[in-house]
Amino acid sequence: MILHEFVDFEILRVIWWGLLGVLLIGFALTDGFDLGVGTLLPFVARTDIERRVAINTVGPVWEGNQVWFILGGGAIFAAWPPLYAVSFSGFYIAMFLILAALILRPVGFKYRSKREDERWRAAWDWALFVGGFVPALVFGVAVGNVLQGVPFRLTEDLMSIYEGSFFGLLNPYAILAGLVSVSMLVMHGAAWLQLKTEGMVADRARTFGAWAAIATILTYALAGLWLAGGIDAYSFAGAVATDGPSNPLMNEVVRGGSWMAAYEARPWIVVAPALGILGAALAFLGFRTDKEGWTMLASKLSILGIIASVGLTMFPFILPSSIDPNSSLTVWDSSSSHLTLFVMLVSAVIFVPLILAYTAWVYKVLWGKVTASDVVDKSDSVY
Amino acid sequence: MELDIVELSRLQFAMTAMYHFLFVPLTLGLSIIVAIMETVYVMTNRPVWRQMTKFWATLFGINFVLGVATGITMEFQFGMNWSYYSHYVGDIFGAPLAIEGLMAFFLEATFVGLMFFGWDKLSKVGHCVVTWLVAIGSNFSALWILIANGWMQNPVGAEFNPMTMRMEMTSFFEVMFNEVAQAKFVHTVSAGYVTASIFVLGVSAWYLLKGRHVELARRSIAVAASFGLAGALSAVVLGDESGYNATHTQKMKLAAIEGMWETHEAPAPFNLFGIPDQADRETKYAIEVPVVMGLIGSRSLTEELPGINQLVDEAEVRIRNGLIAYDALMQIRAERGAAAPELTAQFEQHSADLGFAFLLKRYLDDPRLATDDQIAMAAQDTVPGVLPLFWAFRVMVILGFGFIALMLFFFIRANFYGMRFPRWALRTAVVAIPTPWIAAEMGWFVAEFGRQPWTVDGVLPTALSVSQLSVAQVAFTLAGFITFYSVLFVIEIGLMRKYILKGPYMDVAETDDWTRRHTDRLTGGRGFEPAE
Repeated sequence: MILHEFVDFEILRVIWWGLLGVLLIGFALTDGFDLGVGTLLPFVARTDIERRVAINTVGPVWEGNQVWFILGGGAIFAAWPPLYAVSFSGFYIAMFLILAALILRPVGFKYRSKREDERWRAAWDWALFVGGFVPALVFGVAVGNVLQGVPFRLTEDLMSIYEGSFFGLLNPYAILAGLVSVSMLVMHGAAWLQLKTEGMVADRARTFGAWAAIATILTYALAGLWLAGGIDAYSFAGAVATDGPSNPLMNEVVRGGSWMAAYEARPWIVVAPALGILGAALAFLGFRTDKEGWTMLASKLSILGIIASVGLTMFPFILPSSIDPNSSLTVWDSSSSHLTLFVMLVSAVIFVPLILAYTAWVYKVLWGKVTASDVVDKSDSVY
Repeated sequence: MELDIVELSRLQFAMTAMYHFLFVPLTLGLSIIVAIMETVYVMTNRPVWRQMTKFWATLFGINFVLGVATGITMEFQFGMNWSYYSHYVGDIFGAPLAIEGLMAFFLEATFVGLMFFGWDKLSKVGHCVVTWLVAIGSNFSALWILIANGWMQNPVGAEFNPMTMRMEMTSFFEVMFNEVAQAKFVHTVSAGYVTASIFVLGVSAWYLLKGRHVELARRSIAVAASFGLAGALSAVVLGDESGYNATHTQKMKLAAIEGMWETHEAPAPFNLFGIPDQADRETKYAIEVPVVMGLIGSRSLTEELPGINQLVDEAEVRIRNGLIAYDALMQIRAERGAAAPELTAQFEQHSADLGFAFLLKRYLDDPRLATDDQIAMAAQDTVPGVLPLFWAFRVMVILGFGFIALMLFFFIRANFYGMRFPRWALRTAVVAIPTPWIAAEMGWFVAEFGRQPWTVDGVLPTALSVSQLSVAQVAFTLAGFITFYSVLFVIEIGLMRKYILKGPYMDVAETDDWTRRHTDRLTGGRGFEPAE
């Protein structure tokens, strides 16, 4: 097949770096509110009916939302195999925690209301909280570690050896990044709940949402300042072949300097962090003034800005190595082959618009608030 | 045997995959059965078909959610436990996995919510279309995961790149239209259709024995018997196609399944019974049926099928060839892309056998230093465990023919005897409920255990594919999954039982009454606001 030669390897790599961002953002915007709702569940919904209302706002959509996460895994495997191989085995116990939480969550949604026993339901409510809070925290902790560099090295055979431990992941900067992630997703979950419910649940969601928006701004700004002042960046020591073979060991990388150099080289990327803070500020105002739709939109913009800012700041680095900088994975040396990236791009061009179209249609069909009478009248078909 | 990281990782993969595969076959088949029932409802407008649709859809939903939940583990554990595998073949193997997400997971998962929540938000036809989209999505996902798995069995359309130290795709079309993948796909979905049909048949038979929900049960049996008969026939015929493929793609697997140690003069006999003995290299107490194996394996009376011992000798030759490729590769790598053309030529000439040199990595770090004894041991390693394969295969085949008989009987009674089913047959159908799962797990075992010692046949040995983790780490997650999955399994079976005992949803009064009795608890004593 010669067709793939029409798109440069280098361009395909940048496109797939962008698509990786699209998937992560897609995950955070959709499944993110499910995680937020799970985390908020015990606090915004007190009675059984209220909890069922909250759960049923995400009931019809969580399965589709979760596919963003699964597709994220599949796309990293297909487009960035070294990233998949290094990060998933390196963050081993953290990945297990995420998996356990994410397995618990769908089962919780589906099975919670299938028995009337109070203890059964209380247990699943707890499971849904864990299933929301733990992944939200661990995702942020992972990003916090990536920004600092991760203790792995590649052998000459490109076998990955990880020399850190699970508790090593829980360093102060990473925990701060985890708090950014939790605040942001709780804000998003609250925005969803105030949009999809009414009465007490919506009122409480607005209160929690406003606090979460403030927490998002504060933790994110603090993480940014810390990054600028206290965390070493990584950069190439010499010239790099942007269409070279995907072998990280062929490029020399040095540690030192500041990630903020990216903002001197590409000043326009300041849009991303600005959007992150501005979006959260608007969401705060929205929560306080009952602007339901605007709040949701502002929350989405904030998440978009925050996640994009991490990628844009680190570009072209994806996963720096703290113990052997030359092993660092970057856009230019850890992708799939030219042909595979092209085949995957064709699939994405065909299917992503279709997915967006039918997902939008499903949300449109389900438009409107979930009420107490909904969950009582349709006990046979809702959660 | 002491459990090392390879054994633990394999155990974990087998455990999570086989557990995942408890839910998948039922999802594959039941999604279509429900869609068929709803189509009949849309066409005839008879309420009993709507009731059937909703009842089986409830059981489908309980099962589906665990299929989804346990599938998450599958998507991520390649990277977690099989890091070197992920690096080495991710360029090929990752693509079908990602396309599975794009094409299938999104479709089924996005519409499954609407399938349950959309009954009063969609038109009748609209809802039926949604149900079909869920079924199509589920079946597409089987296609892509089996394209990925088919490549592990028969790695076509790829070659090794010395610059990146991994396999890279050379033809996506060869990967996609891999004959092994296509045969596996049809065989696997057919097995799913049989599983769901026997499930529906068994549960309905139980209702008939108890005299409950007779209208629903009889119609359900009619649907299940027709669909299941087609599925059972297709599963057996396409299973035979897989056997035929194995003759030229995985000769060792075929010889092991057959317990065939020596190459037999064509046409080879089929061992109906026997106890294969790995140490003595013979199959004891064998009862042979002449000619049949030759027909299954080669569809000819003249083509010779190689026995295990001959294949071991061939493997030894390939290991020695692989060492030539490995030696060239090490020199090419040392020179970082500036290798002499002779070296490249030497590598390319033998690169197809590179994987065989990696078999020696189990014994020493640098395969080039291997002794003749070690090479002979590595060649021996290419023989999978013959006894378990021999019997797992036979159990699967016997059950497969049993399914055809069961389905045929119910099909005939449903269509030509006015749906009158003798009680012994109904009891048999109830007892048969677990059997398709046994057959499906046996099939998975034959395919994957029979592929050993390779993760990718002839390309990458299992022992080299693992992550560099500690035994404690993998033991921890393995224990975690076992505990976690056991609890979920008990809950799942409990809910299935509850909803089967409860039967189809009858009327609204049931829930209204329930709600009235529970109003205080549900609303914290405040009562409901009247619905508008």
